[in-house]
Amino acid sequence: MKRFWAWAAIGVAAVYFFLPLLGMLEFSLKMRRGEYSLDAYASVLGDPQFQASFGYSVIMAGLTIVFGVLIVVPTVFWVRLKLPRLRPVMEFVTLLPLVIPPIVIVFGYVRLFNTSSWLPLTGSALGTDFLLLCGYAVLSLPYMYRAVDTGLAAIDLRTLTEAAQSLGAGWITVLARVILPNVLVAVLSGAFLTFAIVIGEYVFAALLDRPAFGPYLVWAGGNKAYEPAALAVMTFALTWGCMALIQAVTRFSKHTRMPR
Amino acid sequence: MAYLDLSALEKSYGANHVVKSFDLGIEQGEFVSLLGPSGCGKTTVLRMVAGFETPSAGAIRIGGQEVTHLRPNQRNIGMVFQAYALFPNLTVAQNVGFGLKIAGLPSREIALRVADMLELIGLPEMGSRYPFQLSGGQQQRVALARALAPRPRVLLLDEPLSALDAKIRVSLRAEIRDIQRKLGITTIFVTHDQEEALSMSDRVVVMNGGRAEQVGAPFEVYNQPKTRFVANFVGTLNALEAIVTDPGAGKVTIQGQPLRLPQAVQAQAGAVLTLALRPEAVHLHGDGDISLPARIAELQFMGSVIRVNAEHAMGVIKLDLFNKPDTPPPAVGEDIALRFWAKDLIALD
Ligand SMILES: Nc1ncnc2c1ncn2[C@@H]1O[C@H](COP(=O)(O)OP(=O)(O)OP(=O)(O)O)[C@@H](O)[C@H]1O
Ligand SMILES: [Mg+2]
Repeated sequence: MKRFWAWAAIGVAAVYFFLPLLGMLEFSLKMRRGEYSLDAYASVLGDPQFQASFGYSVIMAGLTIVFGVLIVVPTVFWVRLKLPRLRPVMEFVTLLPLVIPPIVIVFGYVRLFNTSSWLPLTGSALGTDFLLLCGYAVLSLPYMYRAVDTGLAAIDLRTLTEAAQSLGAGWITVLARVILPNVLVAVLSGAFLTFAIVIGEYVFAALLDRPAFGPYLVWAGGNKAYEPAALAVMTFALTWGCMALIQAVTRFSKHTRMPR
Repeated sequence: MAYLDLSALEKSYGANHVVKSFDLGIEQGEFVSLLGPSGCGKTTVLRMVAGFETPSAGAIRIGGQEVTHLRPNQRNIGMVFQAYALFPNLTVAQNVGFGLKIAGLPSREIALRVADMLELIGLPEMGSRYPFQLSGGQQQRVALARALAPRPRVLLLDEPLSALDAKIRVSLRAEIRDIQRKLGITTIFVTHDQEEALSMSDRVVVMNGGRAEQVGAPFEVYNQPKTRFVANFVGTLNALEAIVTDPGAGKVTIQGQPLRLPQAVQAQAGAVLTLALRPEAVHLHGDGDISLPARIAELQFMGSVIRVNAEHAMGVIKLDLFNKPDTPPPAVGEDIALRFWAKDLIALD
């Protein structure tokens, strides 16, 4: 009897979650009258605006990942190695982006870096792109930090570092050849999460007025009929793909690096 | 000046004074052990030599060059850790070649040197394996090869054997010593296992509370301990109370039996003096300056040696007898006489 209720609960949750998705999928296939077709998808993929905004967001996601890794990995490494007492502070700071609404952050940016400020980043497209990159890095910080922190907890950081140093390695070499390869799996899972976040982000891109995928999604939602459903399905697939990749990478690493 | 010279080293963590006026000179090619109980500062001394800790005072010189403030990666010192610390993402060969690659050697030369090192540690076929595919003993040998590959000036080992099981520990002891002799590399070996220190080293440094209590060859440290701590920590000791009768002449009595110690005694007549005696200096048969009546309380047959606890009027004495197949050992409860020579008694400060 207990079993039954457990399954019933799961069933209700599944219906609640999947039914709208199924509806959306079904709708996205109905562009051609009277039969199912992929016309909506073809229309989306053929839209130059889609191509431009999606390309822009993919590039931004890639840059955000590189930027985030370059900031987070050395920082977490250093805090774990030399300033372990700062770890609670780090935890707190990296949680802030989850607590502070993006709209507040972006207004802060605009106030600080507008054209009449000491660092007029919003004055040029490139400067605004950089500002957007920083915003994305902040948004993904909680995930990136936790992924890297867990990765570094799994290795004997201090001894590996000292072993490398005694073999002549400087800090850069230690980070690049010893630490990074050993937390690569963790970094990758942080990277996929970052990718998913950046692809779907709306507030930053819209308020900084950059041609990203998020604003395009919203625009398409207001101006087209079937394409938004197709876009939503594609975005879901992309996000799930990222999550599957995280799983795959984690699983893969278990095969190559079993504990003794 | 010795090849590796530690002079007046001090190390404090806040108010915690961990290493105190530590002096040690090690000749080129010498194998020296730091021996002492947990927390006595062995690792701290080693880490200062490696450059992972900066001494609060004092100087470290290698081959006449002061290295006290050089960074670890500029010292050219090899280090082996208790936890192996192999790079898990690299193969055995890549691990061994790590230091050579950083030194910028051409890859052909690296391959040759790596092959040599793997030969030296007896694992020539294992180059393409990953660390997790090796046993603990094999991993530690790879760690040794990795530390030695860049031809360091000094090799440091911090309890490299204590994570291994007993049998491998003993065989690896001999292997490490063998490799060390072959390469003639100046070595400091940290351990809290006296057997390890005594059996491997040219000299042993017995440490206590951050100080070097005694430095000497294993034979010397064992047979002529300078302090009570050294006598107690290195090997087993029996304590005997003696009453001083003539301090200048070294005359004392043990349970009423007079005897003369080899040296004068720093105590007044009538004072009680504690003398120490090694288990192997006590016999049941033959002659001795002293003969104490006793009864066998416990007996352990260990193979070549028989370990005996004998109760006498003022306590228990432990002694070791050699197993002789034609002489059966005494039985528990048997009355015996403990005999020993005055020259074997160690007067402790
Ligand atoms: N980073 C540190 N901060 C504060 N105290 C320390 C630090 N490292 C070591 N100590 C203290 O210094 C003392 C000596 O430590 P050390 O590691 O040198 O001992 P050890 O002789 O190697 O002991 P063991 O046999 O247990 O390894 C200990 O009391 C330890 O608590
Ligand atoms: Mg130690």
